[in-house]
Amino acid sequence: MSPKTLYDKIWDAHVAHEADDGTCLLYIDRHLVHEVTSPQAFEGLRMTGRKVRAPEKTIAVPDHNVPTTPGREDPSNMTEDSAIQVAALDTNAKDFGIHYYPVSDVRQGIVHIVGPEQGWTLPGMTVVCGDSHTATHGAFGALAHGIGTSEVEHVLATQTLIQKKSKNMKVEITGKLRPGVTAKDITLSVIGATGTAGGTGYVIEYCGEAIRDLSMEGRMTVCNMAIEGGARAGLIAPDEKTFEYCKGRPHAPKGAQWEAAMDWWKTLYSDDDAAWDEVITLKGEDIAPVVTWGTSPEDVLPITAAVPAADDFEGGKVGAAQRSLDYMGLTPGTPLSDVEIDTVFIGSCTNGRIEDLRAAAAILKGKKKKDGLRAMVVPGSGLVRAQAEEEGLADIFKDAGFEWRLAGCSMCLAMNPDQLQPGERCAATSNRNFEGRQGRGGRTHLMSPAMAAAAAITGKLTDVRELM
Amino acid sequence: MDKFNTLTGIAAPMPLINVDTDMIIPKQFLKTIKRSGLGVNLFDEMRYDDDGKEIPDFVLNKDAYREAEILVAGDNFGCGSSREHAPWAIKDFGIRCVIAPSFADIFYNNCFKNGILPIALPQEQVDLLMKDAEKGSNARMTIDLDAQTVTSSDGEVFSFDLDPFKKHCLMNGLDDIGLTMEKAASIDSFEATAAQARPWV
Repeated sequence: MSPKTLYDKIWDAHVAHEADDGTCLLYIDRHLVHEVTSPQAFEGLRMTGRKVRAPEKTIAVPDHNVPTTPGREDPSNMTEDSAIQVAALDTNAKDFGIHYYPVSDVRQGIVHIVGPEQGWTLPGMTVVCGDSHTATHGAFGALAHGIGTSEVEHVLATQTLIQKKSKNMKVEITGKLRPGVTAKDITLSVIGATGTAGGTGYVIEYCGEAIRDLSMEGRMTVCNMAIEGGARAGLIAPDEKTFEYCKGRPHAPKGAQWEAAMDWWKTLYSDDDAAWDEVITLKGEDIAPVVTWGTSPEDVLPITAAVPAADDFEGGKVGAAQRSLDYMGLTPGTPLSDVEIDTVFIGSCTNGRIEDLRAAAAILKGKKKKDGLRAMVVPGSGLVRAQAEEEGLADIFKDAGFEWRLAGCSMCLAMNPDQLQPGERCAATSNRNFEGRQGRGGRTHLMSPAMAAAAAITGKLTDVRELM
Repeated sequence: MDKFNTLTGIAAPMPLINVDTDMIIPKQFLKTIKRSGLGVNLFDEMRYDDDGKEIPDFVLNKDAYREAEILVAGDNFGCGSSREHAPWAIKDFGIRCVIAPSFADIFYNNCFKNGILPIALPQEQVDLLMKDAEKGSNARMTIDLDAQTVTSSDGEVFSFDLDPFKKHCLMNGLDDIGLTMEKAASIDSFEATAAQARPWV
């Protein structure tokens, strides 16, 4: 048999039909659904009299526009348009008989945190969702990517997607990370190196010692931002850490089925002599704690650097960099660690898991946020929130002056009441620093949870290593 | 879905790289449960000021480009979120074709589901078409999907590549779901085999 990559193996196991021109029907094992990108898809089913083909493989949870403050079970505490979308998901889940975690359920949270937590996401699966950060699930050695609403409807009706195969890219992070450097710094540094279009047309497999050393939470952070590098998906071969994470989860296999699953899962790795269309290697020791300075996730620099000038770039990037500097209100040459912030947001599908909260709390313990600064922690799910309370992390955040919120997407995309005001500058653990992403005129600097915690203490972008 | 065959129309120049889906349609407009009506909010934050008044410098607010049916843009157009509201807004405004050096993957696929043709051309050719678009409303480009060509207002012809299946669906206005359902027997058979091989799924 010819050598295969992990992506090749998962792809080959899911082709339900292949046309002469290579267009395939790829079978989908798990379809995750949220309230923003699904109403039109369900409406399409109703208009054509179609059913959901595999409701038992379809899981829905509202996350994007739910408020993260108490009382949100009452629709009158949501804006009217948000309440309509959430009510539509309630109705659609019931009418079509799909699994559902309503706002009132402790298991509710961000769809990409709920899926793995409940054991819906497992190695070797194909996972899709009408959300670009579906790449997160690749951390389990699953082929997972975002789709549009028409494709949501297609998967609901047929449990397949019309796909052509992507190319294979290997991103290897060798060696060990230095203290203060996290999964977020890895994934941002990779995008900084490849650009936001560097992964277009590829599925990325992350590998190497620094990736192996990461926890499952860290691996999810890395894969989450594969889309920010333009890739269709990012994935990591499953290993003992993966199996340990999955074991005992509510929807993971049990008994003989677990053993059968393990037999297959252990074959899920790229063969030594597999062919790669592109290989990128970064040394773990070379990665520093990083922040973004501009309005594209590729605008990444070590915290020790200074704001660049537009002339430092070439081609179309010169104009884009100038536009970013104007929007961000930054002067070239200013040390990044001199940039003052007024808001800190810790949460999102990138960094809203228990390990992220532990990392932030470790920096904040016994300290206070800077006066006048607004700071919030939004756990990724109700269960992450409960665990953080049990571990005493919630008290650390509250004592430090942070707001301790309920689970949801919150200020990552500001479709809910959590938004930046024009000109406000935020240290954020989320995934996009686009213009207006966190609120019209809002300015976003992306970083790790530990770096965001450090920024909360000093009121400026800060090298977390100085506080460790 | 609307069929796409040929299109002759005004092309609006947008010489920006990394135009993301948050720019194309900001999140506050994603709360609709319909596909229509988003055109008025296309590029909302670039197009209107804080009071909701048009920003005169923005290309689609210029008289020459209000009726644009083609958009010429920079590299990596449509990056970011998977929101199909982005192509819905573009279509609702009246734009049926976007020309750029490259497109983000999900946005590119979403276009075809909505009768929009995204055309990727080399940077030098996009630069020439950008200059052509800057001439205003008298300079009309022609897109011929069957021939896979873009013709500038000066008659210069550029050929583009396109996946034959996507082209076929767009030219005939085909509904993907209907096409896939014709292959239901293959899906049934795959499902039965997979249930044996991976019963835990």
